Formats: sequence, structure tokens, C-alpha cells
Amino acid sequence: MKKSQKILALIGTNIPRVDIQEKMTGEALFTDDIQFGVKLLYARIKRSPHAHALIKSIDTSRAEKLPGVRAVVTGADFSGRIGLYLKDRHIIARNRVRYIGEPVAGVAAVSEAVAEKALDLIQVEYEPLPALFLPQDAIKPDAPLIHPDLGEYEVVNFIFPKPGTNISNHFKIRKGDMKNAWKNCAAIVENEYYIPHIQHVPLETHVAVAKVDLSGKITLWTSSQSPFAQRDLIAKTWGMSPADIKVISPYVGGGFGCKAGVTMEALPVLLAMKVKGCPVKLRLTREEEFYTNFVRQALLIRLKMGCDAEGNILAMENTMYWDGGASTEYGVNITRAGGYSSTGPYDIPNVKTDSYCVYTNNTIGGPYRGFGMSELHTGIEQCVDELANKIKMDKVAFRMRNVVESGDILATGMVMHPTGIKACIEKVAEAIEWGKPSEPSAPHKKRGKGIALMWKAPAMPPNPGSSATLKFNSDGTVFLSIGGQEIGQGAFTVAAQIAAAGLGVPMDWIRISKPLDTDYSSYEWQTVASRITWTMGNAILDAAKDARKQIFKIVAKAWKENKKDLEIKDGIVYSTNTDKKISLKDFVITGIPKKKDQGWIGGPIIGRGKFMPTYVTGLDKDTGQGKRAVVHYTTGAQGFIVEVDTLTGKLEIIKAVSAFDVGKAINPDLVKAQIEGGMVQGISSALFEQLVFKEGVLQNPNFVDYRIATTMDLPDKMESYYIEVPQDDGPFGARGIGEHPMVPTIAAIANAINDAVGIRLEGPPFTAEKLFMAIKAQNKSVD
Amino acid sequence: MKMHTINFTINGRKESLKVSSNLTLLHMIRENLALTGTKNGCEAGECGACTVLLNGEPVNSCMVLAVECDRAEIMTVEGLTENGELARLQESFKNLNAVQCGFCTPGMLITAYELLQRNPHPTPSEIKEALVGNLCRCTGYERIIQAVEQASGE
Repeated sequence: MKKSQKILALIGTNIPRVDIQEKMTGEALFTDDIQFGVKLLYARIKRSPHAHALIKSIDTSRAEKLPGVRAVVTGADFSGRIGLYLKDRHIIARNRVRYIGEPVAGVAAVSEAVAEKALDLIQVEYEPLPALFLPQDAIKPDAPLIHPDLGEYEVVNFIFPKPGTNISNHFKIRKGDMKNAWKNCAAIVENEYYIPHIQHVPLETHVAVAKVDLSGKITLWTSSQSPFAQRDLIAKTWGMSPADIKVISPYVGGGFGCKAGVTMEALPVLLAMKVKGCPVKLRLTREEEFYTNFVRQALLIRLKMGCDAEGNILAMENTMYWDGGASTEYGVNITRAGGYSSTGPYDIPNVKTDSYCVYTNNTIGGPYRGFGMSELHTGIEQCVDELANKIKMDKVAFRMRNVVESGDILATGMVMHPTGIKACIEKVAEAIEWGKPSEPSAPHKKRGKGIALMWKAPAMPPNPGSSATLKFNSDGTVFLSIGGQEIGQGAFTVAAQIAAAGLGVPMDWIRISKPLDTDYSSYEWQTVASRITWTMGNAILDAAKDARKQIFKIVAKAWKENKKDLEIKDGIVYSTNTDKKISLKDFVITGIPKKKDQGWIGGPIIGRGKFMPTYVTGLDKDTGQGKRAVVHYTTGAQGFIVEVDTLTGKLEIIKAVSAFDVGKAINPDLVKAQIEGGMVQGISSALFEQLVFKEGVLQNPNFVDYRIATTMDLPDKMESYYIEVPQDDGPFGARGIGEHPMVPTIAAIANAINDAVGIRLEGPPFTAEKLFMAIKAQNKSVD
Repeated sequence: MKMHTINFTINGRKESLKVSSNLTLLHMIRENLALTGTKNGCEAGECGACTVLLNGEPVNSCMVLAVECDRAEIMTVEGLTENGELARLQESFKNLNAVQCGFCTPGMLITAYELLQRNPHPTPSEIKEALVGNLCRCTGYERIIQAVEQASGE
């Protein structure tokens, strides 16, 4: 029996989701479903009504006297700062508020109603300050400073704040010779695009329950993508040992990035410290979820691209102003990711990139599914279309000519690994019948086709670790302990598949140890960055290898055989040399008896494994150059056929096609499910979504005014494909696919609209109203 | 707050509860009865996660007061499963991976269940129309629509 045959049965197979039964019956446990009994207290938060102001005084005395109120906290209770990459955020505002919705006080009470009532009794006196709502205003030399203490904040070594300004990170690439490059260009395009703030809107809002016991130990139940990062961040913030904090995280009702890091979870912790022994629950209302949760940062992107007469892109200048909001503790790394991937999936010899993370008085920016990439590609892929237009070259041919290939030196100096992006382009072009006109359904309607490419690397520190433990039970079943979270993407299913394949046991022998609990689960940095299948998968395979080593040692000793002649299939160890067999269930706990009752060999088997990339290097602060900027890139393409009603501006998506290079589809149907879901989220962001702020006040904090895609908004036809060019260090060759499907969507639709009606809007959402007005203006200029 | 005694049937079981005037059906189901399968997504009748059947009609339980449910018949997602056996609709959701995070699923199932009661063989556009009030952020809906269609098949 060859190893590859054994693996084939489980890897690349549509194994049903391991969480499906629970999720069908209503049994699946989410954080708000946990019962805490009568000691439970409810938290509500008093929030700033000002975008930028000094807090002159806070009087909580009346709130404290209200019957049923158990604790009141303000910024005076805790001076520390929290943050993943840059510690620039107070859990509760101290002295100054920087956005509308910032916590200024918190109350824990016997009911939400009492807590709400107490909030009204808290008196806060503010002195308003001038506020900044646009990054281009905030970078002006005379702009008021939102964080005057920026120079004193603790920051990781790959983020470069500029104290004395509102710039919390400036990422630069300087590659090649820009001056001469422009001279050699036959065509140059310069454009500016604006991608507005959007919100993640998971169906489950943020919820966290904190309990502090009399000795000061913290237990935190949260809906979280990052129980370990939350534990470690909270530990660091309070100067505690991570061992004295336990984070328990059951199923997550949608994350998309907003449940990574620590956002609101420290608030109930602060309250719980004042009422030791009582769990304190904070659940964001849908309105709070919209206006206080980390948003996808807005981006103003200025692009200049040039190519020679043959269509080779020679140079790119990319200047990005990210609207980081009032805190950029996580956002600084979005700016960095936008920076090192700033060429998009193209081989460009001369590059100048400036990616600025800018403080404003808008809601805090944070990670959103493929952070930075949808925004960046919205600019690049429209610009690429324009450049191809300018030299009258077919847009697919232009892309095929310039697209990144194995061995190319990327803008950061990294060498590109093998990738299937060309196959993705071909697949998409074929599926939308590129080059062939599509007949509109009525004379006043126009059809167009658009294509966009993407690449994305997991954006994370250089050394995020994963680990896994496999613990056998006496019947051969195995508890798989991991720290990667099931947020809907299918992580638990893929983890179980990899474990079963790695060990050589039936799929239903693997049980995921859940809920995640930082005391018992194996360490995982965060469930973000489309990294889990790859990194956690590697850790699981390593654990399986370790378990097999122990198993073979025992069996070889008992049978007096060579370990190299042993294999495991369907839970049975057998020898390729003799016909001996033994089921795992016969010895993985009890061991194997020696002959003639002369003792035992072995004992309980526990496999342990880890994975951490060790090869990512730093990049030069001034040039962005380094040996290896990232672990790898997942690449792909999307193509759209759209129909625009020229009388109403209404846009209909006739066909939407995706193709991504996933390295290896461990569970092909789950890969397709990710692609479909991500593409519809991308369509939603392209057509409907924008957080509308007026002087920092969110105008649409509900599902009526902030529309997301419904069943009625789907393309007439959707197709998803995957390509498999293996990742050299991926489990079975796999790379992630969680975030990528929404990255090229806005650009692909924008390009299709342009093909249909010759219009380019400044940015999404491409609403009927905006299209109608643009068509009207176009007709006027023709007249 | 004034308290009222209400009698009702939920998932075939008779119940009697004392509830305050302002208690919503959603909170009664989740907190007083601990049937946590029904989810709280917005408390504004906009997302459909809390959908239950009230006298056979799908309602957003966050928009109904418990006191309105005296003598009513209520069905939640827990009522779809008989003795742990999945109903046909649930089976087709399972077969098609029509679930990701699972938070919208209970409401989705209830709305689809009612549609199939009323219209055993809906067209895809009838399914889309029926489910328009149930938001899902993960799946992109396509598989959910196919699952309802599959459950309605021969």
C-alpha cells in the first residue's frame, strides 16, 4: 500500500462538515447561548457623542446609587493601553475621546434595562476639539494631532509611526529607476480611486462574558477568532501571566476579521474586576456593531502606471492613504500589507510605493476579510484596464503578458513561487466567453464584460505559531486539540480530514476538542489571514507524524520487526513484511502485552505537532527590500458579465465566475462554498455597501439603510473553479482560500460596467442612483 | 412592570409562563425557555435570525411580545428534529453544505419549512422571495436555495 493511495481517500474528498448536525438542530453553542445562572450581570457602555473632544469631568455618583447597579468604570480605573501591533488604544477613554462611539464609562447591573438607565445618570463634560474625517486632511502639516503621544506608544519592529504627525505607519517601496522608466513608457495612466468604509456585519454581534475570581484570575467567554491572541493581549495589558487568563470560545457566528484581536472584549473584563465572582456579559446591539465595531478602513489610492508599446508594464507609482480611524492598533499592518503587495499580481521592474496609515476621527479601522487587498485591487485592476485600453491591447492578453510568474523578483525582492494565476485567467476568460459580445435583454440595456486578477499573502507577523495535539481514546478514536477556530469556513472539518489522513484512521475516529479553551486547546496565533488550513494543517500533520512514530516503536518492539516496514490504514497497523495486523484500539491506551504474560510495551499515545514559518525576513524601512516578505501568495481571477439599464441605472449581474489557485483542495466542496460566499460578499460590497458618516456620525447603522446582499441580489449564474499548483510547504500542497474570493470583485464589476456603458465611478458602491447620474451626465456631454 | 400569565404550545409541548408586558417572544424563547437555537441578530426585525412559526406563520420573534402568544402555537428550530432525526429539509441543507457559521441557519430553516408547507414545489424565484428576509453573510445563499429546492423534490 503506497502512502499516496491511502491519503487520496480522504484528501480531495467532499467529506461532510463535522459541525453540520449541531448547526441543523439549533444545538450548536454560541457564546450568547451559554447559561450563567443568577449571578450573571449585564454590561452597557456609555459612548462618546463627540468625534474629538477633551473629557473635562465624569460624574458617576448618581449611576452608582441606582438600585441594581453593581459596578461602574471609567477611564480613571485603568491607565494601560492595548493593541496588537501598536499600543495606542485605551480600553475606556482617558482625558480625550477620538471617535463617536468610543467608550467613556461602563456599567454592570442586574439587567440590561437597569444598566441602560444608569448610563443616562452618568454626567460627562466635554470640550470639543477640531475633528478630522479625511486622511488627506489629517496628513497636512498643520492638522491637529489625534495622538500627541504617538512617539511614546509601544510598537512592533516592522511598523514605523511618525511622531508629531497623524501618520502611524509609513510603508515604502523603492525599486528600480523611476525617472528613466517613465521616459520609456509609450502610455501612462494616472488615476485616483476611493473605497469607502464598510462593516463586516456577521449575523452574530460581538459578545463577551468575563469573570474574575477572588485571586484575580480571569475567565473570558467570547465569540472570537483569536482566543489565544485575546488571552495574551489582555495578559500584557494588565501585566498578568497568560496562565491566569482562560479564554473559552465556542462557535463563532461569522467573523470576517472583526472578531480577531481584542476589540470590545476588555470592557467586561474591566467591569468584572470590580465585581469579583460575578460573570459580566456585554453583547453589542446591532446598532453598536455598526458604529463602534472596527470597520474596513476607507482608502484613497493614487496610481500611476506606464507600459511600453508592446504592453510590458514598466513602472508603477502607488500612493495609498488609509483612513485608519481613531486607533490603528491593528490597522497599521493593513497599511503594511497594502504596501508589500502594492503591485498586485504583476511583474513590474520599477516601483515606488508609499502606503500611509493615517489617524482620523472616524470609527477604528480593523481587519476585514483579506484586509487591504480588496481596496488595493479595486484601484490596480481598474488602472490596468485603462492602461490596456490606452495602448489598444486586449485586456486579457495584457494581463497574461504582465502577470507574475514563478521565479519573478517581486517588488520587495522576494522570489515568486510557482502559481497557477495564468490558468485562473484562462478559466475565467473562457467561462465568460471573453471577446464575444453578450446580447442585452432589451434595447435600452447594455452588457459588458470585466475581468480582474488578485493576489494575497497571509498578512501577519513573521513568526505566528500553530500547534496540535492528538490524544487517543481506548476505542481508537482521537481527540484533536487545535486552537484554530471554526468561524463557518470549515476549519474543523478540514482539520479532522488532515488528522485522519495523517494518522491513517477513519474520518469518524477524529473528534475536535471544543469549545476552544486556552487552558486545554493547543496554541494557535489567530484564525485570520486565510492561514489556518495551511499552518494548522501542517501542525496537525506534524502531530500525526509524532503519534505514528510512537505507535510504530511500540508495534515494532512487540513484533520484533523493523519500524520502516509498518503502516497504518483504516486504524489498523500492519506489516508490509509479514502478514501481521493489530488494530489501534487494541493498544493505543493499554499498550501491547509481552509474550507469556511477561509485562507490557507502550502506553497512552499522544501526538504533538507544531508549525511556524521561520523564513520570513524583515524589509528595509526606506526601500521595502528584503529576502522574503511573506510566506506565499494565493492568486486568482474573477470575470463578470453585467447588464446596465440605461434608463434606471440598475445593474444586473448576468454571470460571475471565479478561479483561484488553492494549491490543493482538501475538501473541494468546502473550497467552492468559500468561493461562492466570498464572491457574494464581494458583490455586496461592490453594489450596496458604504458606511455613510456625517461629521463622524454614522447615518446608516441598521440593515435597512446599510443593505447587504439578500437572496434577491444573486447573479443569474455563478461558477467557481480552483486550480491546484501545490504550495511546497503546505499540507498536501494546500494554501488558504478564506478571504481571496472577495478581493477582485469590486474591480471586476467596475471593469464590466466600463465595458458596458463606458463609465468609471470614483468608487463603490455602484448603486443605480450613481450609475443613472453618470449615464445622464455622459448623454449631456455627448449632446 | 405588570406580569401576565400566558398559556401556549411550543414544539408540541404545553407551557404556562408569567411574563412581563415588555418581554419579547425572542427573549421568552431564549431566556425563559432556554431554547437557544433561535438567534438574536438585530432585535429590529431586519435580519430574520430569530424567525419562528407563530400559529403556522413565520415571524421575527424579536418583533412579537410574549403576551401576544397566549393560546398560540409556536415552533422553533428545535421542533424540526424528531427524536434527533433530521427532517428532509435539514438533510438537504447538510448534503449541499448550505451552512457555514450556522447563525442564520435556524431562522433560514424555519422560513423554508413554512414555505414548503404552503407550497411543496416552489420555483427558485419563489424560494428566493420567501427567504429575502433572512440574511446570511457567509454562504452567498446559492446552496440554501438549492437545498430548499432539493427538499421539495420527489
